[in-house]
Amino acid sequence: MNKFFLVAVHTYQTKLKAKAFLVTTAITCLLIIGVANIQPIIEFFTGDEKTHVAVIDRTGSLYGPLAKQANDDQVALTKITDMENEAKEAVKEGKWDGLLVLSMDAEGLPEAVYYANTIVDNQTPEELERALSQLKTALSAAKLGLTDEQMAELYKPVPFQKVALEKNAKTEEELNQARALVYVLLFAMYMFVLMYGGMIATEVATEKSSRVMEILVSSVPPVQQLFGKIIGVALVSLTQFFVFFAVAFAALKTSGQEVWRFLGFDHLPASIFGYALVFFLLGYLLYAVLFAVLGSLVSRVEDVQPAITPVMMLVVAAFMIAMFGLNAPESAFVTGASFVPFFAPMLMFLRIGLVSVPGWEVALCLALLAATIALLIYFGAKVYRGGVLMYGRMNIFKDIKQAIQLTKK
Amino acid sequence: MGLEIIEVTKRFGQATAVDHLTLTVPEGEMFGLLGANGAGKTTTFRMILGLLLPTEGVIRWQGEPIDDAKSHLIGYLPEERGLYPKLKVQEQLLYLGRLRGMKKTDLLPEIDRWLERFHIRDYANKRVEELSKGNQQKIQFIAAVLHRPKLLILDEPFSGLDPVNVELLKEAVLDLKRNGTTIVFSSHRMEHVEELCEHVCILRRGRAVVAGALRELKRSFGKQILVIQGDGPFEQLARFPGVLQWKRTAEGVRLQIANEEAAQAILGHIAGKVAVRLFALEEPSLNDIFIEKVGAAYE
Repeated sequence: MNKFFLVAVHTYQTKLKAKAFLVTTAITCLLIIGVANIQPIIEFFTGDEKTHVAVIDRTGSLYGPLAKQANDDQVALTKITDMENEAKEAVKEGKWDGLLVLSMDAEGLPEAVYYANTIVDNQTPEELERALSQLKTALSAAKLGLTDEQMAELYKPVPFQKVALEKNAKTEEELNQARALVYVLLFAMYMFVLMYGGMIATEVATEKSSRVMEILVSSVPPVQQLFGKIIGVALVSLTQFFVFFAVAFAALKTSGQEVWRFLGFDHLPASIFGYALVFFLLGYLLYAVLFAVLGSLVSRVEDVQPAITPVMMLVVAAFMIAMFGLNAPESAFVTGASFVPFFAPMLMFLRIGLVSVPGWEVALCLALLAATIALLIYFGAKVYRGGVLMYGRMNIFKDIKQAIQLTKK
Repeated sequence: MGLEIIEVTKRFGQATAVDHLTLTVPEGEMFGLLGANGAGKTTTFRMILGLLLPTEGVIRWQGEPIDDAKSHLIGYLPEERGLYPKLKVQEQLLYLGRLRGMKKTDLLPEIDRWLERFHIRDYANKRVEELSKGNQQKIQFIAAVLHRPKLLILDEPFSGLDPVNVELLKEAVLDLKRNGTTIVFSSHRMEHVEELCEHVCILRRGRAVVAGALRELKRSFGKQILVIQGDGPFEQLARFPGVLQWKRTAEGVRLQIANEEAAQAILGHIAGKVAVRLFALEEPSLNDIFIEKVGAAYE
């Protein structure tokens, strides 16, 4: 047990002190600060962001109401009396950002053409179109002789409520929050496995390619070594995540944005957080063991990537199914897949969060997951012990077979 | 009791790497394991360390099987460098020493002492990859002996070292032996084995072709070596009765002869005919025994 801690602490310390790790963390922190302050940054660079649009009003009556409707934060409208061709020239010369020509069609409803040097900017025409549509609605209503009350009635939304009949079913509010939590966890797990799974595999492969392994395996039992590595990297990742969170929190706070608006979890039962923790840990363990074993099979660091790609795909697949499952948590496919150990951490948690899952299903799923992990550890420790003595070319299945053979008599 | 390897066989699928090997290394002895590449030396070492399990037979240290719980008693220097290239020398030795069950406070002075002894104290805070091969080998050696093992396994300890450093390491090995460490080592260099070991074993395709105390092996070899230096010609000696082997050297010839009488006869034959600067009878070297038994030159 003592040696297990030694390996874990050693892994943790060396990873943390590595220059590459420090640089990555620093860059990510800068990115986080940047994203948190994206609004002020964009504003800083844009300066006066209003689009100046010249308006030629052939109707003589539309400009006034339009200027009132349009959002003056985005567009500044100016009525001009030039000829259309002259105005177009002025746009080309850069005097105006755009030119809007207003007219009436045969039925007396507004029509418009927007001229600009390029039409890359979508915002301005959309805003103008919105304002004009409202104007048109008002004009039509006036033509039909509708009163304001009649108008209001026309636009009144239908009252529509969703009520779940099942006793344990979640209320609308609970569901929304549960969905948010599930989303957060799915994403965290996905990121975690993709970012740190590779780190575990690389760590093991590096040790192997430097042949320290031969000394290590003779002084530390492989299972302790395997876990030391996994826990060491887990600690590294937690540290990194903590730094990211702290930076993000501080950055959002100083940039004056509402941090906790999205994160109101007060309607959720406490048990779901427990499940979140359990499934997250089991999921991490499952994939970490897989990555460590794969790392012990390759003999060079360059070979790590192809070796771990299939497992990465598995994680991506689990994530895809989970994304689909967010909107259809009761579908047979999601239910079935939630019992497959490699998908279970994401999918079963998703189901627990969104629908009421019978207790035996949860128990069965956890048992399957735990059994798979136990099996992988047993199997993994064997492959690990044998794998470190092999320095040949790579062929995963042959290698696994050979590695196990090496641990036999 | 020491180290006992009893009827050990290791097969990898069809191939047999070690074939019914039986060896006993008494406690406090230095034992040399010789053999051409692929003879089964490293496999034998790995079985002693528990990295591989024997297909048949048992390996015991002090009468008990060797497992992970005994790792603090055993030191191992692998044939290839096995160090973290990016780790600093001192951190590295600390980590490896602690994995063998030592305390940090005991390790620090010990590391210092060894680095001092090998004249590499200045490198304590350098990364291993920055060191020369020879200095890396010294670090590897320190890592193997830092925890004062009772049984030390050295796989090609002197490879890649210049003569000065070989002496330095040899001195250290002898010191460890004087302190009671049981040492098993393999080497490409016959003279190292000859100089250091009381007992040797020559492996050929996993079998022990020669095993025993070096002195007795030489005595029972029967044949003797006659070295003659001079201007020659010596060609006619090749067919002289009692001469088993004839080999030209830079200064003259080196003959393997059946017994001392043959030497007398040769002396009588060449006296006055050729100029001789040296005429000496030597006991056979380990290399002679090796070539005789393995049937081919070693390297």
